[in-house]
Amino acid sequence: MERWKRRIFILAMGFLFAMASFTVALGQEIKIGVIGPMKFVQGIGHWNGATMAAEELNAKGGIQVGNQKMKVQIIQADSNEFLNVTDATNAMERLITKDKVHFVVGGFRTEAVLPMQDIAMENKKIFIGVGAAHDELCLRVAKNYNTYKYWFRGSPFNSSFLGRTSFIHLGTVGAILKQSLNIPKVKVAIVAEKAEWTEPMIKAAEGAIPSMGMETVGVWRPSPVATDVTAELSAIQRSEAQMIFTIFSSSVGIPFARQAGELKIPAVQVGINVEAQKDGFWQATQRMGNYVATMNTYARGVEYNELTKPFVDTYVKRFGETPTYTADTYAAIVYTLAPAIEKLGTLDPDKLVAFMENDVHKAPSGVVAYLKDAEGRHLHELRWGPGYLTALGVQWQDGELKAFWPNKWKAVPEAPEITYKGIVPYKIPPWMIEKYKK
Amino acid sequence: MNLVLNIIISGLISGSVFALLAIGFSLIFGVARIVNIAHTAFYMVAAYCIYIVTHQMGFHPIWAMIAAIVLVTLLGIICYKIFINPIREHEGAVLIATIALAMAFQEIMALIFTGTYLSVPSLVKGYFLILGVKVFYQQLLTFLVAMLIMAVLWVLLTKTKLGLAIRSTAQDREVANLMGINESQVAMMTMGASVGLAALTGAVVVPLTILEPHMWMHPLIMMMAVVVLGGLGSLKGSFLGAYILGFAEALVVFLAPMGAFLKGSVALSIMILVLLIRPEGLFGVSFEEER
Repeated sequence: MERWKRRIFILAMGFLFAMASFTVALGQEIKIGVIGPMKFVQGIGHWNGATMAAEELNAKGGIQVGNQKMKVQIIQADSNEFLNVTDATNAMERLITKDKVHFVVGGFRTEAVLPMQDIAMENKKIFIGVGAAHDELCLRVAKNYNTYKYWFRGSPFNSSFLGRTSFIHLGTVGAILKQSLNIPKVKVAIVAEKAEWTEPMIKAAEGAIPSMGMETVGVWRPSPVATDVTAELSAIQRSEAQMIFTIFSSSVGIPFARQAGELKIPAVQVGINVEAQKDGFWQATQRMGNYVATMNTYARGVEYNELTKPFVDTYVKRFGETPTYTADTYAAIVYTLAPAIEKLGTLDPDKLVAFMENDVHKAPSGVVAYLKDAEGRHLHELRWGPGYLTALGVQWQDGELKAFWPNKWKAVPEAPEITYKGIVPYKIPPWMIEKYKK
Repeated sequence: MNLVLNIIISGLISGSVFALLAIGFSLIFGVARIVNIAHTAFYMVAAYCIYIVTHQMGFHPIWAMIAAIVLVTLLGIICYKIFINPIREHEGAVLIATIALAMAFQEIMALIFTGTYLSVPSLVKGYFLILGVKVFYQQLLTFLVAMLIMAVLWVLLTKTKLGLAIRSTAQDREVANLMGINESQVAMMTMGASVGLAALTGAVVVPLTILEPHMWMHPLIMMMAVVVLGGLGSLKGSFLGAYILGFAEALVVFLAPMGAFLKGSVALSIMILVLLIRPEGLFGVSFEEER
């Protein structure tokens, strides 16, 4: 009798244990922290991209982890990083210790992402950066692989590649000006906001501009949050520059474009102006941002590959605006994390890192692959170039953001020409034509 | 020559914006000893009012300007009655209450409009040339409004009974009370005028800038620098201080373009230098004598 009781007890316990395990498995979710300045467009982009990713994956039942499907739960963390870096680190701590997320995507300002990266790495959490561009974020991986291997760059490519791409845009537009307006040697004013990520770009620009047969007439460094740049614009006009190479990621991009357009400064703007990448730029500049050109990741009607159109169209339909590069949290979750988890059937960060760093996959903005440094060490840095990621050169043309680059672009003379579907010609502002076509 | 002209024009314009803000701040401090840190937050609220009236309601910017000035002045008076008047005797508490008020305005605007950068149309579009230097009509308007406000304030303070009451209250609150002046009412009216000036500044300056919930912080720092430089509570000092800092900023941008981001820091350094030599500010003593 005692033996039977013991057997029944063991069976009951076993049944209860099995039921409990099954229930836990059913209730388990993959928690992804989405960190960014949520009161600002950049953070809203992070959240929108992640929302779309979670909805899409959950509609298919979730992500297959081994023999079970796990739903994706996204958790928002407002980093408030434009105003306070401490808020950003606190938000990251909260995601990891309180919300117990498995992965983190997002971040925007390098100054805030560097300490956020440290916290994520200490806790061995895979952190895919979608916003910050400074090279140092990935150089840390090579320098101290065991600590920083959980970091991957998701978007955009690094400052050096951003610089290289924007110099190509500068050269392209410079050649158009030279040819169309008969300007023998184009003069360029460099205008860069005072921020860490712009420093290497300024140095590179000062070296690259003369090598492209153009002349640098000066460097202006307004505050990232300057609201009046008329003094700078007057000084630029005095310098007789025909091109302004802009390096802006903050709000200064709006007053600069608006005031330059309103004053009809006879110099075209090319380079990086993150504010000009957004649909709201047209209203924010009171339509004075016409002809402003910038590098961008997405533009309506332009396709890198078969994944671009469905992503852009769905995003526009869902959120009423064109995605900016911070919405690449979508690609980070759907095309980087999810396939790696499904392939390996685990959430173990070390196993995932080993797979992800060698993975090459398509995303809506091109083909994602990660670089190694000259010594063969992993950087987890995005590969730039034809066949991988190139971004676009876009220009505001009468209220619409149109892509003008790459248009028959050859990375090297022997390389095939690249033109994405939906590219249009660059337009010179009429007041430039009026001034120089005499 | 062209460079000098550029510096003069740029300095006059920046100085006019600082002057418009600093005069309102000085007025309420001089009369009621209220350090209203929320002064530039009222400027921010006015800017958003203009945005709502022009963009969401579709009215002409001039109507938006009028609506903003009236509504923000009323808001200022209500805030004074509810938050400031009960604690007026404790200057430290007033300071903290106005900081809290400014933060509350900021967070309310952030909740409604998020941090998205917005803008409003100019009241007068386009620009004109002065010896080859391009100047926005809106900038000219800002300069003219600064001049007009100074003239109106001078007339109000020296030629009217209300001005006499304001000056008497500024000189000695208790004696003014004994002479039959309703000191509390004068303080409330001065608060209304001061906030009205902040709203007017918002109305003329906002087309030249961008709207976002933190837009009140940088002007606050510059405004404080101006009033400290000019002498706390001195209208004359604020006016002069504003143009000194305006010209300092212009000089930095034109003579050291690589250090354009330092224009605010250089202006603040000038303030510190002046204070080291003259701790009461440029017109601190003169104002005491006036009082």
